[in-house]
Amino acid sequence: MTDTPAPRHIPDRLDKPLSSAIFSWEALLIVVAVAIFAVNSFASPYFLDPWSLSDLTFNFTEKALIALAMALLIISGEIDLSVAAIIALASTMMGMAVQAGAGAPVLVLIGIAVGLGCGAFNGLLVTKLGLPSIVVTIGTMSLFRGIAFIVLGDRAYKGYPASFAFFGQGYVWWVVSFELTLFLVAAVIYWFVLHRTSFGRRVFAIGNNPVAAQFSGVRVDRIKFILFCLTGLMSGIAAVLITSRLGSTRPSIAQGYELEAITMVVLGGVSILGGAGSILGVVLAAFIMGLVTFGLGLLNVPGIVMSIFIGLLLIIVIALPIVWRRLRGGRFA
Amino acid sequence: MKNVVKYREVWLLAAIAVLIGLISTRFPGFANPANLRQVFNDTSILMILALGQMVVILTRSIDLSMASNLCFTGMVVAMLNAAHPAIPIPLLIVIALLVGLVLGAINGLLVWRLNIPSIVVTLGTLTIYRGATFVISGGAWVNADQMSADFINFQRTAFLGIPVLSWIALLVIALFFLVMTRTALGRSIYAIGVNPTASVYAGIDVGRTKFIVFCISGMVGGLAGYLWISRYVIASVEVANGYELNIIAACVIGGISIAGGIGSVGGAVLGALFLGIISNALPVINISPFWQMAISGSAIILAVVLNARGERRQGRIILRKAEAA
Repeated sequence: MTDTPAPRHIPDRLDKPLSSAIFSWEALLIVVAVAIFAVNSFASPYFLDPWSLSDLTFNFTEKALIALAMALLIISGEIDLSVAAIIALASTMMGMAVQAGAGAPVLVLIGIAVGLGCGAFNGLLVTKLGLPSIVVTIGTMSLFRGIAFIVLGDRAYKGYPASFAFFGQGYVWWVVSFELTLFLVAAVIYWFVLHRTSFGRRVFAIGNNPVAAQFSGVRVDRIKFILFCLTGLMSGIAAVLITSRLGSTRPSIAQGYELEAITMVVLGGVSILGGAGSILGVVLAAFIMGLVTFGLGLLNVPGIVMSIFIGLLLIIVIALPIVWRRLRGGRFA
Repeated sequence: MKNVVKYREVWLLAAIAVLIGLISTRFPGFANPANLRQVFNDTSILMILALGQMVVILTRSIDLSMASNLCFTGMVVAMLNAAHPAIPIPLLIVIALLVGLVLGAINGLLVWRLNIPSIVVTLGTLTIYRGATFVISGGAWVNADQMSADFINFQRTAFLGIPVLSWIALLVIALFFLVMTRTALGRSIYAIGVNPTASVYAGIDVGRTKFIVFCISGMVGGLAGYLWISRYVIASVEVANGYELNIIAACVIGGISIAGGIGSVGGAVLGALFLGIISNALPVINISPFWQMAISGSAIILAVVLNARGERRQGRIILRKAEAA
């Protein structure tokens, strides 16, 4: 204990051998995705058509947009269960604006602003009052969707302008939809923010040890607040897309999306306990979930049965590495 | 510490009294005993479920699959009854408990043996159990006319002036109270929630206790499955869809800390009653039922804020003790 160790050279990033890339979570997801893709193309002759592949993307892009922000939030050790309710509230507000004669640009602004506002509300409750996010967002989930129910009751808003339809139904080029383009652009931005900026490093630091992060000069509460705002913002964007795609608003819109978005995040290898995860994993998980639901849909499997596959996929993919490690460990022990 | 716990329940009781008082100003008949008994009966299923969820939350876990378990078990029991009306109701209840136990044990095993966080496991089984309901039923409903008269009437039979459903709820409350306050299991459940590491050193098998806790919530879900189906006399895939969050809400309002270790049987029961009163009262005082969701949402947020303050107060007491020592 007397002599201090000489300062060692610590590399910015540890060299990863190729084997670790091969056995990484993302590699596992790619294998699963390719397998499902292959099974699908054998199972249904309609699957490989470019237009049906394009339709496939509509299945998951809205949820996946939320999952991107949710991934950061979960990595930081928090969670937001109110995202689907934010969609419902934002969509309802857009519906009210349509009744007042608003045009497409105003609708988009309203959707995004309501999402951002709801996210900020969650963030304030969690950071300023120091409340556990899982409970706060269960509360705001009822509150936000509850407001949508108060406004709409059992009615629905319709009559969105034709120019508004582009966001959820339009194509940028050939079969590439606006939704898919937006998702890919957002994925690149989130990848850059999480894996290539100091902000991203701080998010990981907070998830691993919020107290240590605080003492290292990370403004934990402010970053968490920003992450809640981002999740709200993405929910607002998703609200614009889904409202535009469906062309109507009911208070029950996007029911259950929160659990699907969280499933995507967890399937993507993000630790639900915080501190670990990657955007690439989440993007792959989104495609896998889209492939599974669309492939089964082509085979006329009802949606509720698909959910069994999603649930099994979630548990098996999480359990597989644990069982694998235990089996290997057992052999050498 | 016991005083703090009592303090919270007294406050909750006061909140419920104020709520009933407020409703009575709009609808004078609400506070009469017959109606309150009715409210208790209407809330029985939620109370039972909240108690099952409570023991899980106390160990720092969560069971999101309870409503799906309820749906699956309810369907199993309803289909059994439709196919073999001769099966006596007590046997059906035992079957419901066993089916629920199996579903809970699956959750518990995954949490215990594979160390997967409970929120992930039950998020998965939430969709799997509901999907399985579709598979066994083929998407068909079991309607009232397919159920036997005993199946429907059992819980409505009055015993000493109170329906059997309420008696079952009272029995479950008493059982949970005994287990939580008078047994080693109850103490271990609290200990794990307060400090899992210390519990290991105290000789508590944390994993096994979590397994038991999920078995309990599973059995409770199964029991609630029969009660729900025979109460609303329809079994379908949509039964209790999204209800898992109501159950957690009842716990949160009842002062059960999502961080584990804090909460009581009385709290869970009162939390469920609070939600039950709101949903019962809105129609009679002419507020659209569409307000219910927003009101219970606000109640949850308010409850969390108050709980957090209660927990902080507790922290200060410990500090003061340390200073005195």
